[in-house]
Amino acid sequence: MSASAALAIRGLTKEYLPGKPVLRGVSLDIGSGGLTAIIGASGTGKSTLIRCINRLVEPTSGSIVFEGRDLVKLDRRQLRMARRTIGMVFQEYNLVERLSVMENLLCGRLGYVPAWKAWLRRYPAADIDRAFELLDIVGLTGFEHRRADGLSGGQRQRVGIARAVMQNPRLLLADEPTSSLDPRTSVDIMQLLAHLGESLGVPVIVNMHDVDLARRFASRIIGMAEGSIIYDGGPDGLTDEQLRAIYGGEGWLG
Amino acid sequence: MARLAFARSPWAALGWVALAIYVVFAAQRLDFSVERFVVGIDNARRFLGRMFPPEILQADSMVRGLTESLEIAILASCAGIVFSLPLGVLAARNLMPAWVSWPARAVVALCRSFHPVIVAILFVKAVGFGALAGILTLTVASVGFIGKLFAEAIEEISLKQVEAVRATGAPFASVLAYGVLPQVMSRFVGFATYQVDSNLRNSTMVGIVGAGGIGSTLFAAFQRFDYSFVCAILIAIIAMIMVGETLARVVRSILGIDARRSDA
Repeated sequence: MSASAALAIRGLTKEYLPGKPVLRGVSLDIGSGGLTAIIGASGTGKSTLIRCINRLVEPTSGSIVFEGRDLVKLDRRQLRMARRTIGMVFQEYNLVERLSVMENLLCGRLGYVPAWKAWLRRYPAADIDRAFELLDIVGLTGFEHRRADGLSGGQRQRVGIARAVMQNPRLLLADEPTSSLDPRTSVDIMQLLAHLGESLGVPVIVNMHDVDLARRFASRIIGMAEGSIIYDGGPDGLTDEQLRAIYGGEGWLG
Repeated sequence: MARLAFARSPWAALGWVALAIYVVFAAQRLDFSVERFVVGIDNARRFLGRMFPPEILQADSMVRGLTESLEIAILASCAGIVFSLPLGVLAARNLMPAWVSWPARAVVALCRSFHPVIVAILFVKAVGFGALAGILTLTVASVGFIGKLFAEAIEEISLKQVEAVRATGAPFASVLAYGVLPQVMSRFVGFATYQVDSNLRNSTMVGIVGAGGIGSTLFAAFQRFDYSFVCAILIAIIAMIMVGETLARVVRSILGIDARRSDA
C-alpha cells in the first residue's frame, strides 16, 4: 500500500448467493487524485465493487480503508458520516423525479443539514449559493425550478453530477454514468466528471463499458473479468490481447 | 387424433355447474321467488306513494342533523389523515423491518375488517350515544382505507431515488422527506379526498345506530312513518353528497391528480 493512497481495498469479496462470489478477493489502491476507469463486461462485478465502497452493497469480506478508516467496520451512524464525503453518480441518474432541480442539488447537503430544516427547505445561504454556482458550471443556468422528470437524459446526469459535487466530496464514484446516454452526450458527461474531479482535487472512479471513452479520459484503467482485476495500468498499455481477456471473444475488436 | 387448439379444464366446467346449483339452492332457502317479488313490488308502490310530495316537517332537526354529519365527516377525515400518514410509512415493507411493519399492517387490517355500522355500534356502546362515536367510527374507517393504500403506494416507489438520497449520508427522516414522500404525496392526497367523500356518505348513516348526524333524524322519521319527511331528508343528503363530490373533484383537478388513477 502506498502512503498516498486515499482508498485502499484489500481482499474484497462479495457473494450475493453463498458460494457464488461476484467479487473474488479484489485488492486495489486509489491515489489522491485522477480519474480511474473500471472496464469489463456486464456481470463481472464492476458495479458491485463500486457500490461496496459506500456500502450500498454490503461486502461479504475484506476491508475498504478510506482516509484511514475501514468503511466495512463502520456502524450505521459512522457510515452516514462517511457517505457524506463520498459523492455518487448513477447510470439512471436516480434523481428524485418530482422534485425541482434545485431540491435535487440540495439533496447533496442532506447529510449536513438537520432533517427538520431540510423538511422546511431552510438551507444555509452558502449551500444555496454553491448550488447556483454548480448549475452554472454544469451548464444548467436557469433550470433551478424545473422538475427533474422534465429533463433530458444528459441534463439529468448533469444534475446527478452536481448533486454529488454538492456534498463537497473527497471521493467521487460514478456507476456507468454514460451507459444510458448517446455518444456525444457521453463525452460531455465524462469531460464534466474529469474536470470537476480535477478542480475539487479528489479521485474519481468511473465504471464503464466504452473502452475508447475510458482511454480518452482516464489516467488509469482497471480491467475486470469474473470478479477479479486482470489489468491495471495506463490507457496506453492496454493491448488487444488484454481486451480479449477482459471482454472475451474478438469479433468486436474489428 | 385431432389436435386441441384450446386447452379446456374439466375442473372449470365443474366449478360453473357447482355455482349454478348453489345459486338455485340458496334462492329456494331464502324464498327468493317471483311470487314473493310481486308482493314486494306492490308494497313498494304504496310506500313510494306516501313519500311524495316530500315535506320538511322538522326543519331545525334536519339542519342540525346535516351540519352534524358534515362536522363528523370533516373531523374524522382530519384525524384519519393525521394517523394514516405515519401508519402507512410504518406499514411499508420496503422501508421498515418486519417487526415494525407487521404490527402496523395488523392495525390497518383490523381497521378494515369491520363494516362502519358494526364499528359504530361498538363505539356507541363504548363511549355513548352522539357524534363522538361517529367521529371515532369514521376515523377508524379512514385509517383503514388511506393507511392501506398509502402503504401499498410506498411499496411501489422507485428505490433508485431512495438509494441516491441514502448515498449522500442523509438521516432517515431526510430520506423520507426527499426520497420517499415526493414520490407518493400526490397519491396520498388522492386517497384522502376519496376518503373525505366516503366519510361524508357514511356520516349520514352512523346516526341510524346512534352515533350522531342526520341518520338519527332519518331513522326517527322512519319510525314515525313520516315518509314525506324521509323523502325530504334523502333529497337533502343527495344534495350534500353531490356538493362534496364536486368539491373533492375540484381539489383533485387543482392538484392535477387523475380521478381514475390518482397518481398523475
